[in-house]
Order: sequence, then structure tokens, then C-alpha cells
Amino acid sequence: MKQFNFHEAKNVKDAVKASSKKSAFLSGGQTLIPSMKLRLSSFDDVINVKNIKDLQGIKVSSKSVTIGAATTHAEVAASKDVKKAIPSLSHLAGMIGDAQVRNKGTLGGSIANNDPSACYPSACIALDATVHTSDRKIEASKFFKGMFETALKKDELVTAVEFKIPESSSYVKIPNPASRYAMVGVYVAKHKKDVICAVTGAQAVVYRCKEIEKELGNNFSSDSLNNLNLDYSEMNSDIHASAEYRASLVLSAAQKAVANCK
Amino acid sequence: MIGSKVERKEDKKFLTGKGRYTADITLHNQSYAVFIRSPHARAKIKGIDTAKAKKASGVIDVLTGKDLADDKIGGLIAGWKIVSKDGTDMKCPAHPALATDTVNYVGDHVALVIAESLQEAKDAADLVNVDYKVLKAVANTGDAMNAEAIHEGIDKNLCFDWELGDKAKVDEAFSSADKVVEMDIVNNRLVPNAMEPRASIGDYNSSSDELTLYTTSQNPHLSRLVMSAFNALHPEHKFRIVAPDVGGGFGSKIYPYSEDVVIAWAAKRLQRPVKWVCERTESFLSDCHGRDHITKAAVAVKSDGTVTGLKVDTIANLGGYASLFATVTPTYLYGPLVLGLYNIPAAYCNVKAVYTNTAPVDAYRGAGRPEATYLIERIMDKAAKEMGMDRAEFRKKNFIKQFPHQQCLVHNIDSGDYDAHFDKALNLADYAGFEKRKAESAAKGKLRGIGFSTYIEACGIAPSAAVMSLGAGVGLWESAEIRFNPTGNISVFTGTHSHGQGHDTTFAQIVSDKLGVPVENIEIVHGDTDKGPFGMGTYGSRSLAVGGSAISKACDKIVEKGKAVAANMLEAKPEDIEFKDGEFIVPNTNKKKTMGEIAFACYLPGTYGEIKSPLPEGMEPGLKETAFYDPVNFSFPAGSHICEVEIDPTTGETKVDTYTCVDDFGNLINPMIVEGQIHGGLAQGIGQALYENAYYDETGQLVTASYMDYCMPRADNFPEFRIDYTCTPATSNPLGVKGCGEAGAIASPPAVMNAVVDAIGTEVTMPATAEKVWRALKDKKSAQKKAA
Ligand SMILES: Cc1cc2nc3c(=O)[nH]c(=O)nc-3n(C[C@H](O)[C@H](O)[C@H](O)COP(=O)(O)OP(=O)(O)OC[C@H]3O[C@@H](n4cnc5c(N)ncnc54)[C@H](O)[C@@H]3O)c2cc1C
Repeated sequence: MKQFNFHEAKNVKDAVKASSKKSAFLSGGQTLIPSMKLRLSSFDDVINVKNIKDLQGIKVSSKSVTIGAATTHAEVAASKDVKKAIPSLSHLAGMIGDAQVRNKGTLGGSIANNDPSACYPSACIALDATVHTSDRKIEASKFFKGMFETALKKDELVTAVEFKIPESSSYVKIPNPASRYAMVGVYVAKHKKDVICAVTGAQAVVYRCKEIEKELGNNFSSDSLNNLNLDYSEMNSDIHASAEYRASLVLSAAQKAVANCK
Repeated sequence: MIGSKVERKEDKKFLTGKGRYTADITLHNQSYAVFIRSPHARAKIKGIDTAKAKKASGVIDVLTGKDLADDKIGGLIAGWKIVSKDGTDMKCPAHPALATDTVNYVGDHVALVIAESLQEAKDAADLVNVDYKVLKAVANTGDAMNAEAIHEGIDKNLCFDWELGDKAKVDEAFSSADKVVEMDIVNNRLVPNAMEPRASIGDYNSSSDELTLYTTSQNPHLSRLVMSAFNALHPEHKFRIVAPDVGGGFGSKIYPYSEDVVIAWAAKRLQRPVKWVCERTESFLSDCHGRDHITKAAVAVKSDGTVTGLKVDTIANLGGYASLFATVTPTYLYGPLVLGLYNIPAAYCNVKAVYTNTAPVDAYRGAGRPEATYLIERIMDKAAKEMGMDRAEFRKKNFIKQFPHQQCLVHNIDSGDYDAHFDKALNLADYAGFEKRKAESAAKGKLRGIGFSTYIEACGIAPSAAVMSLGAGVGLWESAEIRFNPTGNISVFTGTHSHGQGHDTTFAQIVSDKLGVPVENIEIVHGDTDKGPFGMGTYGSRSLAVGGSAISKACDKIVEKGKAVAANMLEAKPEDIEFKDGEFIVPNTNKKKTMGEIAFACYLPGTYGEIKSPLPEGMEPGLKETAFYDPVNFSFPAGSHICEVEIDPTTGETKVDTYTCVDDFGNLINPMIVEGQIHGGLAQGIGQALYENAYYDETGQLVTASYMDYCMPRADNFPEFRIDYTCTPATSNPLGVKGCGEAGAIASPPAVMNAVVDAIGTEVTMPATAEKVWRALKDKKSAQKKAA
């Protein structure tokens, strides 16, 4: 790890002010620190946002669940309020990595990082979330731009994410056997006016699978997907799963997810 | 004590983070080293520019292969000579510890940067400019013999073309067979993945000319011998190797690596301690890997199911160079074992060992025996199916039934009862109820399969005369020294090394039983060439059978001396003294001395004015005995394993639903430790079957060089293992033990794969990943459609 200046941000303003050309926000550090240790990245300034008060906590209203950016996966998984409002979201958080990762890793860090095989981005899309930042509010559909790429500006801090409460929903993750990130993760949410099927792990960035959504819009049952063949020309292919196999996993995960929706 | 589940004495320090590993050691004035490694699988080194790096902040020196050669430090060696079938010796390329002209795998050692801090060493490493001319790499085992030679003068990349067995007799068996069953078998490449990566610290004392190397070794004495005699690093009597707590090895830490040689040399050259600690990806690239065979096998079968012949044709990948035990692993640790525990009267095994531009391949848990077992157990399964026989019955029909049994290849098996453990396993696994469970799985939309595996291994490595006649560079006896302290507690020195095996406990149990001293008063000392006598380290499930036997022999000598001393003190004859439960007794009297009293007496405790010695006249004082033990034969653990898997046909994912093993390890000293060894072995074997694969792409880049891509099995991949034993004591050592360290890794890959193949009804190679299984099912379906 190369040397850097460490800043402990007291509040959002403080964090934004401290950011520079070669700075990074530090939240759970589960991605940032390993990449610095491996010398894949280095910074002049590292700004710790994990302890900022305004970035903590979970608020539930009748329509939405709002989670502070510095809330850990473990906190989300353990929250009775989340479990009651959106059980699939609590399930998702509880399946991320291992206990150490969940005790450190945070929602804000996860979506700001936008790993193509991370779980939370699919929740943001499927639950039609709004990302609150130090500057503005961004619709989830406009937030995830590409592989490790988001709509965030250099000095823009994610402060919270507001998830809409669906009628029913389910997240089915097929983990990469080695890393246990999502080789494919499918988040199906049935909202009052539409069905969203968000897929992570399968392409460069999280996306809505329109083919599945169309079938489910007509008939919300796993059988409605029986004869579907997904186009896999855009899918990732690596030593763990070819594009063709990933496509078949997306389908079977979607079917399981629909079956889980009550 | 022997046979009881004594809690491991060493666990407290390990579980509370108090272990002392090489990386935990910090010496005064220590410097830090980083290796520059080749990013190319094969390249010529046109030049190395170290000028910039040498000037960087904190840099002490940058050393290259030229410096090493200038100091006349020798290269690494292959320690076991194999002779090809045409009578020529194996061909091994020069293997300098730092490359001079060419690099032969990604991770090969090119230069060493030494600085005041690790940070500065890493920064400076970025400034070393190596000018490579990249050459076309040979990355694939199967292609090696048809590719350009990677080492000058080694035609076809062939190290040796070795054979074992009677070819004519085998041909005869095949020509008179009722059925010939053939099979292509791939044994995948694995990375050992010890929990603790390798590390070395060199320390040179210029006033005494003593060189010390702290290193992660399973075998410190042999490392010192090799580094003294072959690398000409430092004379043995001035060279100390300390292998403190070592966090696992699985074979990958048996022998000295380039890093050991270079770090010890650098410390001497710079006259300063030099520390190097391997990082995980560095470990993936530069630790020796395991397995990597491609085999064509065939069995000749009579219509009644008797197997009459076995033919094996193997290409074994050695990687870029021949590592220390690399040549024996695919030959004498493999060939003789391909017979399994079957009475096959004729066999022939041909092994061609090839060089490729990949990390060297050497012994890894089981070394040769897992490859042999995988082969015979997969083909026995296939043969049974093709003969239309029950796979369990087919195996039983061909078991060796009488002991001792001279196999047609090499081994003379002293003891065993193969029906006993196989029947017990069938019972424990409820083979009779399998069809019902299969139907239950089918009702859930799942495919269920059952797989058998029986195995035999040759452990207790090894009778010196036997192995030296087969090409070993040293005999493989073991040593022990029992040193009583005057207050009656004991230090036991062993030439074996514990890096997870629990010797501190098992060996103490033996000594406790033999000498009647409580376990807590016995300290097992290993891993320091300055402390104990020369020994041969730990691998090949040898430590108990050979090292434990040496300890047992040394205990006998202690008792013998004790009897003489007791006789003198009790005014009896030595031959009349009985030793039992730590007491020397004159039978039919109340006269006795405890072991502690005798030990105390041996150190001649003086009382002012007393002149009578407790020792017989002329006897040397002190109570310390050394023994060397050279086994009369290998030991032959055997067992039967049964695996049931359940497969989700929609994803191809395999779940190991039940796993049963019944092993015959001879006598068990500590059943809890044995169980731990089985668990670990099974985890690695099931890992090989379903998850692990070291994958090089065609340019020779290791694609799976971190845990993001190399899949290690986790606890949640396994069911609760059902474990039981049978026992036929070994006759080749005084403890009657056979060895249990490798069995799990040897037996389980074929058990799992036979179950997977049974479930899906078509072939698939290891690791049977979800996608491979999914694809195999898909291909089978479309083939069936085509046929219909
Ligand atoms: C072994 C392992 C397994 C994992 N498995 C999974 C898995 O199964 N599924 C999954 O989804 N994830 C997984 N992860 C990722 C993990 O859960 C974290 O979500 C992820 O590492 C990022 O979160 P963090 O809080 O640690 O962020 P950090 O590492 O602190 O930061 C990550 C990036 O986000 C930026 N950042 C952090 N906070 C903010 C903010 N508030 N505003 C703007 N930018 C910010 C940082 O500057 C940095 O660039 C795994 C990680 C590990 C190490």
C-alpha cells in the first residue's frame, strides 16, 4: 500500500470539501483497501465517511425503506423493519460475502463501486430506488452506467438509498463458487403497476431483463418462463460460466424468484 | 494413552493466535526483500537494468542471477533419478535460483530487491527494467511432446519415458480377454494452498560465520543438506535451518525453493537479515502445483468379471523445471499403485514426464497415489457397468484376499482385510436403500448418484534400501532422541516436522505409554537443525510409522538403561527388573523405583559426603537415547469410501449429500487427530473433484491466481462425514500403524466422480463444475434426440 493522508470526515460537507483529484471516500473498505494493498489503486487522500452520522440508519415509511449509505450489510440483514417491509432485501444483505465482509461492507460503498457481480445494484433497479447524494437525488435507472461506473461525480457522496416497497419480491443469487459474488443474481419485484426483473452478474452492468418482464407482466408465474430462451450475446463469459450457461442460470434463477414471491 | 482422544496440546497457541510463524519473526536490523518475477510464461532475458532501482529510496541492493552465479551458488536439483525405458537417464535442465538467460513460467524468479522497508522494496521493484524477448509458450500437458523444446537439448520436452511391469504378459492378458474396457482420464492440476504462504528470513553472523535460515519447511534437515551440498551455500555445521510453526504444507513445503536459497545467500552477502514473505497470488504462481496427468487406461476382463490385465499410458506434467520430488511422484509413487487393492496378475504402466511453461509440479497430498487411485477406481466403475455387473460386487470379486500379497508390479502388501472395510462401508452408507433415496430425489426433480472408491496407499516412506534401489538420492529412515531432564520431564527430538498433524500430542502419547510419564511432562521438539538429530521431515504419511517408530525404539533404550540403573539401586539383576506403568519393579518384592527417580539418579545428584553412585560401575551418567529407524517395508493403509451426490439438472450444481468412509490405518494412536486428518483430506479430495482447478491459458498465464477465481472448498460444501475404521495392524513397524494423512485426498476424488457420473449417466472431467455437468446433461439430451 502506498502512503496517503487520512481524513476523518465529521459530516457530509466536510467529506466533500476534503476530496481532491487523487482522493477516495472510505466506507467499509472491503473493496478499497484490498485494491490499495494490491497496488491496483493509490490515493493522496483517503476520506473516511463510515462514521458520518447522516449516513447511518434505516427509516421505513408506508411506501419506502431508506437506508443510510454507511449502513453495513449486517445491519440491513438484522433489521426487523427491513425484514418486515421488504424481506428479499434483508435476505440479499445477509447473503453478501461472509460475516466479516457483512460486518464492514456498506450499501453506499457497494453501489458506488458498482461491481458487475455485486448484489445491491439489482435491488436498486428492481425496487425502483432513488439514490440520495450530497448533491442531488438520482433515479437508480440512471445511476449504474457501466462496469464500475456510476453517475457519481468525483466529489459526490452517496448519503442514502430509498427503496420502494413492492407487493412482493425475491432475490435469487447463484454464487460464483470461488468468490461467492453473484455469478448471476436475479431480483424480481412485483409492484402495483409493473413487474421488474433486475439481473446482476450476467452482463457488464446490472440491467432489466425485458424478455422476462414481458412474460411475467402477462402472467406472473414461473411456468410462464418455461419456454423462454434468452439472448446471451451481451452476457459475460469467463472460466466460471459461459454466456450461454449464464443465460440459462438467469432463467432458472428468475423462475425460482417468481416462485418465492407470495 | 495410545488409542485415546487426547486433546491436541498445540491447539491452545494456534487457536489464540499465539503461534510463531516465520512471518512473525523480526530480527534486529532486518531488511525486506521482494522478488521480481517473470510476467511471461516463456521468454529470453535480453537484459536487466537495475540502475534506477538501486538508486531508489531505502534500497540496499538489487541482485540478479549473474550475482548468484558470480558467487558460485548452485541451482536447484531433482532428487530422484528416473531411468527411461531405453536405459538413458532422465533429462533435467539447469535450474538456477534466479534466472539468467530464460524464464520458463509466469512467476519464475528474475531478481531480488532488498530495501529498508517492504514499501520501499516494492516501489523499487517497479523500477527494475527487464528486457524480455517473449517466446511461444508450451502451456498444455497434451501438446508438450509435439511442441518446440523449451530447454536446450531436451528433445520433445521429455524428461523421461519410464515403464514398469511386464508388457508381454499384459498383451497376453488382453488378447485372451473377453472384454477390454478403455478410458481417457484427466487428473486436474491443483494449487496446494497452505493457509500460511511461504516465507524466509536469512540471518548471517559474520563473527561466527553462522548462517541461519528461518523458513516454512516441512523438512528442515533435508533442506539444509541440499542447500549445503548442492547449492554450495554454506557448510552444514555452520548452517542452521529453523522451521518454526508452519501453517500447512501438503507437500508444497517439503523441499527448498529458489526463495530459500536466494534469501539465505542475500543475507550472507549483505551481512544483514533479509526477510521475504510470500503474498497469496505469488503463492499461486510460484508454489509447486500438484497432479496434472493425462492418461489412457485399459483393463482386460474375463466374462465372469475377473480383471486379468491393466494397461496405463500417462503423460505427467512437470512444469518448467524438475522440482526435488517431481520425478518420483509420477513414477514410483504412482505406477506401483495403479493396481489398487485388486488382485490383477498382469500390469504395465508407461509414464512420459514432460516440461511445460507452467509452475513446477511436485508432491501434493497423496503424491502419485491419488492419481493411481483415481485411474483404477474410475475404470473399475466403467468396467463393471460395461460388464452389466453391480459395481460393488465387481470390486469385491477382484479384491486381494490373502496376505501377505506380492503384487505383480512392486509392492508386497503385509496385511489387510479389504472385504471387511468394504462391507462395513456398504452398511454404513445403506447401499441397500439407495434406490429409494434416488426415487425421493427424482420426486424433487433432482438426480441422485452413488459412487464407490477403494484404495490402497504405500505409506511410511520408506525402507531406505528399497527406495535407493529405485533411484532415491537418500535413504528415508527417521531419527529420534529422548532426553530426560534431571527433574524427570522429557524433551523428545524428532526429525519429522509438524505443520498441522498434531505430532506434539500423538508422539507424546507414545512416549507417555512407553515410559509412564504424563503427556504434559513431555515436550516434542522439531523443526530446528541445531536441536535434534538429522531427520527426513514429514510427508508421505511417514511421520508416525517411521518417526514414531524411532521414538518408540529410543524409549526401549531408555527402559533398558533404566533397568540396569534400577537393578543397581535395588540390588537386583537387570534381567529380573520389570518395567510397567513408569515403575521399575523387582517382582514379588515391594522394591521399586519410579521412572523419575531413575532419571534423577542418572544425573548423579550429589549430596555432600556421599560417594556411592547409583549407576552400575562403568556406566555413563545421563539419561538420553537416540534411535534411528529404517522401516522394513512400506505400510499399506487401505479403505472404502462411498459418496452420494444430488444434482440439480437445471443448474448442474452438485451437492455431496452423504459421504461414508471406512479406513484401515492399522492401530490408531489418537482417533481424534486421525479424524481431523480424514476431514482435511476429504475436503481437498472433494475440492479436486468438484471445485479446484489451476487453469493456464494457451499463453501460459495462470488464470486462477487468486481466490476470486481458484475455488477452494468451504465447510458448507460438505455433509457431516460418516467415519469408521477396521484394523489390521501393520507388520512393518513396531507400532502397527499405517498412516492416515493422505487417505482422504486419495480416496475421495473417484468416489465423488463415480457418483456424479452415476447420477448423470455420462462422462465429465474433474472438477465437475456446475457448468460442466449442465453441459454434459445438455449434450446427452441432444444426442438422445438425434438417436431417436
Ligand atoms: C470476500 C468478499 C466477498 C464479497 N461478496 C460480495 C457479494 O457476494 N455480493 C456483493 O454485493 N458484494 C460482495 N462483496 C463486496 C462488499 O460487500 C462491499 O459491498 C464492497 O466491498 C464495497 O463496500 P464498502 O463499504 O466496503 O466500500 P469501500 O471499499 O469502502 O469503497 C468502495 C468504493 O466506493 C467508494 N465509496 C464508498 N462509500 C461511498 C459513498 N458513500 N459515496 C460515494 N462513494 C463511496 C469508495 O471510494 C470506493 O471507490 C464482497 C467483498 C469481499 C471482500
